[in-house]
Amino acid sequence: MTIPRIPKVSIDLLVNNEMRNVVVRPSDTLLRVLREVLGLTGAKPGCENGDCGSCTVLIDGWPMKSCIMLAVEAVNQQITTIEGLKDTPIQNAFLEQWAFQCGYCTPGFIMNCHALVNIHPDANDKVIQEWLESNICRCTGYEEIEAAVKSVLSKQRSDGRYSH
Amino acid sequence: MRQFLAIGTSVPRQEASEKVTGIAKYTNDINTTGLLHVKMVTSSCAHGTIVSIDTSKARKAPGVRAVLTGRDFPILTGSPLADRPPIAIDKVRYHGEPVAVVVADQEYQAMNAAKLVDVAYHPLPVVNSPTEAIRSQAPLVHENLASYKRFEAVYPVPGTNIANHVKIRKGDMQKGWAESDVAIEASFSIPQSDHAAMETRCATAEIKPNGRVEIYSASQSPYVIRDMLSLFFSIDPSQIVVHTPLVGGAFGGKAPVQLEFIAYLASKAVGGRKVKLVNSREEDFITSPVHIGLDAKVKLGATKQGKIVAAEITYLFDGGAYSDRAAIITRAAAQDCTGPYRIDNVHCDSFCMYTNHPYATSFRGFGHPELTFVIERAMDILAARLNLDPLTLRRQIAIGPGDTTPTQTVLTTSNVGNLAQCIDKLKEIIRWNDEPQVVVEGHKVRTKGVSCFWKNSSTPTDAGAGAVLLLNRDGSARLVCGAVEIGQGTKTVLSQIVAERMKMNVDQIYVEMEVNTDTCPEHWKTVASRSTLLVGRAALAAADDAIRQLRHIASVVLGCSADHLEIGFGRVYQKDNPQIGVQISEIAHGYRLPNGNTIGSQVIGRGSYTMRDLTSLDPETGKGNPGPEWGVGAQAVEVEFDTKDLTYRVVRASAVIDAGKVMNPKAARGQMTGGMSMGLSFASREAFLYNKAGIIQNPRFRTYKDHRYGDHPEYLVDFVETPHLEAPYGLRGIGEHGVIGMPAALANSLSLATGIAMNRLPLTPEAIWREKKENTGDSFRF
Ligand code: FES
Ligand code: FES
Repeated sequence: MTIPRIPKVSIDLLVNNEMRNVVVRPSDTLLRVLREVLGLTGAKPGCENGDCGSCTVLIDGWPMKSCIMLAVEAVNQQITTIEGLKDTPIQNAFLEQWAFQCGYCTPGFIMNCHALVNIHPDANDKVIQEWLESNICRCTGYEEIEAAVKSVLSKQRSDGRYSH
Repeated sequence: MRQFLAIGTSVPRQEASEKVTGIAKYTNDINTTGLLHVKMVTSSCAHGTIVSIDTSKARKAPGVRAVLTGRDFPILTGSPLADRPPIAIDKVRYHGEPVAVVVADQEYQAMNAAKLVDVAYHPLPVVNSPTEAIRSQAPLVHENLASYKRFEAVYPVPGTNIANHVKIRKGDMQKGWAESDVAIEASFSIPQSDHAAMETRCATAEIKPNGRVEIYSASQSPYVIRDMLSLFFSIDPSQIVVHTPLVGGAFGGKAPVQLEFIAYLASKAVGGRKVKLVNSREEDFITSPVHIGLDAKVKLGATKQGKIVAAEITYLFDGGAYSDRAAIITRAAAQDCTGPYRIDNVHCDSFCMYTNHPYATSFRGFGHPELTFVIERAMDILAARLNLDPLTLRRQIAIGPGDTTPTQTVLTTSNVGNLAQCIDKLKEIIRWNDEPQVVVEGHKVRTKGVSCFWKNSSTPTDAGAGAVLLLNRDGSARLVCGAVEIGQGTKTVLSQIVAERMKMNVDQIYVEMEVNTDTCPEHWKTVASRSTLLVGRAALAAADDAIRQLRHIASVVLGCSADHLEIGFGRVYQKDNPQIGVQISEIAHGYRLPNGNTIGSQVIGRGSYTMRDLTSLDPETGKGNPGPEWGVGAQAVEVEFDTKDLTYRVVRASAVIDAGKVMNPKAARGQMTGGMSMGLSFASREAFLYNKAGIIQNPRFRTYKDHRYGDHPEYLVDFVETPHLEAPYGLRGIGEHGVIGMPAALANSLSLATGIAMNRLPLTPEAIWREKKENTGDSFRF
């Protein structure tokens, strides 16, 4: 078996509203580039196989498992990582509801939940489950995460606005 | 009545804001520019001799700096029994075992090169279960068992696959059987599964030119890493420093030492340069140690009234290829084999069996979820036989003060929680007396199953901890200790303990998150739900020491005796005249006189604590005092079972446990529900699937199923508080306890719903279907 050498490429990535130039191998995943090139270690590897959701980031506002997306595929799209969220309702809800213990799954869950409350402000239990069952939390019993998402959804509804 | 300020309130986690903003750093997040990467080559064979390892192609691959095999540094590691080479030597004993290690500039280069290492195996017959392992003709997993070094009380049987044999002999079995009106007998089995913490295990190692060894590791036992490296590689312990930042879940799986040895050897192979080894999820599942499996047999004898007079129990633990902590789990299960019940005549043989499975280590509950599954299923079978209500039976023989444990320790109101009270409270919250245990609606059956449990730790007799409390100029304080934050929230509870003692605002107390074995006072390990006891006592002592110093400085400033001074609310003041006093911020670093000189200097409190009155167990009878206290609890699971397609849903999971003192209600509830979720998950679906050759079929989350969002039931959690007098504010360990009774309660509920004794985990619909098929023609045989 010989391993071909494929030249690296220079690409521009729009991460958390900043244009960042990075030199990557075409086979580098977005997760590895975010963590190892840009130092954004909030997105976590949990399986690097698309099974656990701990690496979730937003691509144009939609949750994406960054371990199964190549960095070169993310060109010309808006990438949002946990480091790009500040004081959002869902982060505050996670704090209030104690929706984490070790915190390792938390960035992935928060990104997924953040997109969910924006995209489906009227999400019912079924929709919430469809979205959140793609992430694994091994520490909590999920009830606190449920409470956090639902508290943001109901607050949005009572405020009569769907905040970003 | 003393007034609680910080204890008993839901003080937010110290590290909460870091965790919701993504800045919390775990081992693999630490900046790694310039270090080398290590990748393991793992065995594709479960049992075989290594015929050859060809590393020549890998050595020539781009970026490769070194390739190592077990022969390069032949050594046996492991505790309590040194039976495991960090990299296999001459033979492999499980699928996934490290056989070679590649070090390269980039991780992908190491991965590519690892694929170029050619290993030829000569397969040997496989030992695929602990029951197979104990048969007299079973192939031997370890041929040289007699020669292995031992570091703790452990009793391997050379010439067999028995890595440890623990005996409990209490009372008179003949008498017990003679007194029995009824006897029941049943067998149980639990397959191996995994901790599956979301952060995979990870370690870095560097050997500096002056010989200093520096390790970073996602570990529950940084001090043990230091001591084991020192022991096995003959390094002066003062030359080793281990750092552990936040840990992304552990559940016992990060207590043993494995990757650290390999990383150390890899660094040695490249002249001491810093190297990093991170498990892939697949490696984390099978190469690193797993959750133990068990085959068990139980025989109970009872009087018609429901007094259990004889218990005969045999455990065959699936310890896997190397004994590691499985050997101690074997003892832990034997110690508490009866469950929390008064039984005078007990005979238990507990065996840690070698098999050709991944090796097992501590898992949340340390043998107790397993022993509880066995005894609590047996209790339900007995209750049905005696025609007694299952909770009534349990309530009338609930163990308590004055009774003795299987290890013949006499219980007191302090060293055991109040089980009867837990049962009574559980009955209320699950409406046990108000609703029937079984409700049938069409093809849906709703049933409630229960389980009690108890749990002590298997703590070394000299386990201890230390703490240092540094006062800042502004009157706030930093606590430095060796407990690891694995998500359990210990550090937050420690801040509450100190705040309470010093009557300070809890947000004035900062607890250092990273553990550094050079600068943090030593702590045994962050395991066994004992950190709040051990480090808590040390922290209390440190607070007392700081208070003594503050009162001394204040006495000079205020011109009175220190005995007349009280501390609280940021001040030191006179007991009888609180108006007269001084701010702590004015004296924390000494009281500054107008001329610039100070009275006293920085206040630094120090404290330490060591476990008391524990004894090792007698090898023939098991007599001894294994741990500081037995926590107890009662749990229930309500399922809705579909008799048509044999699927089910867990509707409600309930628990009442004796917490001694609920230190932080939100944290305590989270520990309980998290544990309950984990217990339901492994009981309902988690298992490694082996083929005949011992190859694991499902080492990834896509095929290894665990609880996801939406699988979670409604949780009912409540506490009773019976103080453990030795512990700060009377607290008892609770970190593991939520998990313990869940498998049994689920199995009891499903046994009722299906009419079949569900004695094997995991309880999947397929397993129910298989049991049904085996039982066709058999009527209700619960
Ligand atoms: S790391 Fe991406 S889904 Fe698990
Ligand atoms: S908080 Fe630890 S995995 Fe979710």
